[in-house]
Amino acid sequence: MPSDSSLPTISVQDVSITYRTTFEKRPTFKSAVMRAGRGERLIREVEAVKGVSFEVKRGSVLGIIGNNGAGKSTLVRAIAGILPPTKGRIEVRGRVSTLLALGVGFNANLSGHENVILGGLAAGYSRAEIEERFVEIGEWSELGDFLEMPMRTYSSGMFSRLAFSVAIHMNPDILLVDEALSAGDAGFKKKATAKMNELVASASTMVLVSHALGTIEEMCTEAIWLQKGELLGAGKPVDVIKEYRSFVEVADSKATNEDL
Amino acid sequence: MSETVTAHALDDDNEFTGDHHVYEPFKVGLPKLKPYFDELWRRRGFLTEASRATLRATQANTVIGQLWAVLNPLLLGLVYFMLIYILSGQNTSPTQFAHLLSGLFLFYFIQGSMTGGASSVVGAGKMIVNTAFPRLLLPLAAVRTAFRRFWPTLIVLFLAMIGSGVGVSPVQLLAIPWFIIAAIFAGGLAMIMATLQLYFRDTASFLPYFTRIWLYISPVLWYADKVPHRLQFLEVVNPLFSICGGWSQILIEKQVPDPSTWLVALAWALGSLLLGGYYFMSRERDFAVRL
Repeated sequence: MPSDSSLPTISVQDVSITYRTTFEKRPTFKSAVMRAGRGERLIREVEAVKGVSFEVKRGSVLGIIGNNGAGKSTLVRAIAGILPPTKGRIEVRGRVSTLLALGVGFNANLSGHENVILGGLAAGYSRAEIEERFVEIGEWSELGDFLEMPMRTYSSGMFSRLAFSVAIHMNPDILLVDEALSAGDAGFKKKATAKMNELVASASTMVLVSHALGTIEEMCTEAIWLQKGELLGAGKPVDVIKEYRSFVEVADSKATNEDL
Repeated sequence: MSETVTAHALDDDNEFTGDHHVYEPFKVGLPKLKPYFDELWRRRGFLTEASRATLRATQANTVIGQLWAVLNPLLLGLVYFMLIYILSGQNTSPTQFAHLLSGLFLFYFIQGSMTGGASSVVGAGKMIVNTAFPRLLLPLAAVRTAFRRFWPTLIVLFLAMIGSGVGVSPVQLLAIPWFIIAAIFAGGLAMIMATLQLYFRDTASFLPYFTRIWLYISPVLWYADKVPHRLQFLEVVNPLFSICGGWSQILIEKQVPDPSTWLVALAWALGSLLLGGYYFMSRERDFAVRL
């Protein structure tokens, strides 16, 4: 655990993330040759995050809002150490558990149980640590017999229940959650929200990416708003959401509140 | 190295775990090697488990399951033996069958590492995007899978050696260090293929043709010392000339290969590992956005 609690758990300092990618869905040799023949380069630089700075204190819950393609997920992946920043510096104090885009799936042909073990081992937990928690993970996810079935048989709701259950049972200091609640039903959302509140109460730090403004307002202690990679607002969730809403000219309709 | 992702630490922390992480830009180059390999070693359980799971998944759908591990190489050996028997027109000896099997099994281990490596990173999609871990685990798991498919073939090979009158001799114990050289070579290739496949998704489609040609130009269907003059350049350009050649020399001819053969094989193996390791590790931080 971090020894000095006055230091921010997550400190993002003037971070820009640019990556090079292709337009192609599947980069093939043929298209590379064809392009070279035409003297083109289809590589495009994507400036996903531009000069963003913020800090998250221990025990607080940060909500990140913004339109699709605003750089929210990229930013969270950089905090998790999956994508390196192109500029700036990110400092993280504590053990991170990620719940990004519902990802536990290593191989959809393997069972949920096997995937959980593999995911845990890759994340650096020992086999014993994972097996020890597996009973709890299974119970919380309420998947029952499905745990031993191939993950390709799972519905998206089951997928998210399992992913969420893994992430919260790994005793993280920092929990990064990207749109995790979107696939679940009302019962799951309620349960997940309760569990997250419990984690926050035990001084875990949380970063929550969501389009569900209602959830952000309810759960977060602070919020930031990203628009095309730039930080346009930061502060109390209520205020940031208000700014964001007036920006996208979406009234506080029921749809936005309940969607996702 | 100041431009790399540094993960300097208050205690023993590093890029992947621990309590304090600092992520900074990197340009090109390797991550810090010590923490990288410490983490790799710590997660070796993943390597074993991923490979086991892959094997389980592929064996689950066949009736005789594990028996295929032995049956498949044996049938393959028969197919190629018939090919040589018909094409060569000369007398083929049982020893040649043993030679063929020994080379074929080693070759298929290397090929298995390459094809497995090629799909290892692309096939681990969600995991790459969502978890920070040393990606090198993925091609290495593919090599382990190839090894698990290789070792049952040794039973077939052993029987063939007894049956063909090759017999056994203490010299054949040298096959163990020789195999390690071949495995290092295969590991490097797996890393190269894993990276190539990410940038050119056709790599895996080309591979079967490439490896088939490679098999024909390697001393598997023929003997290394009987290479025709016009093909002698293969000795220099084909790594498998020394790797498969020495393997057969140890197992079938029961001779110790020349020091030069050892050195050439070792040089190819280390070259493959260093090149593959550099190519893979210097690009692995880019993988998440390339998938």
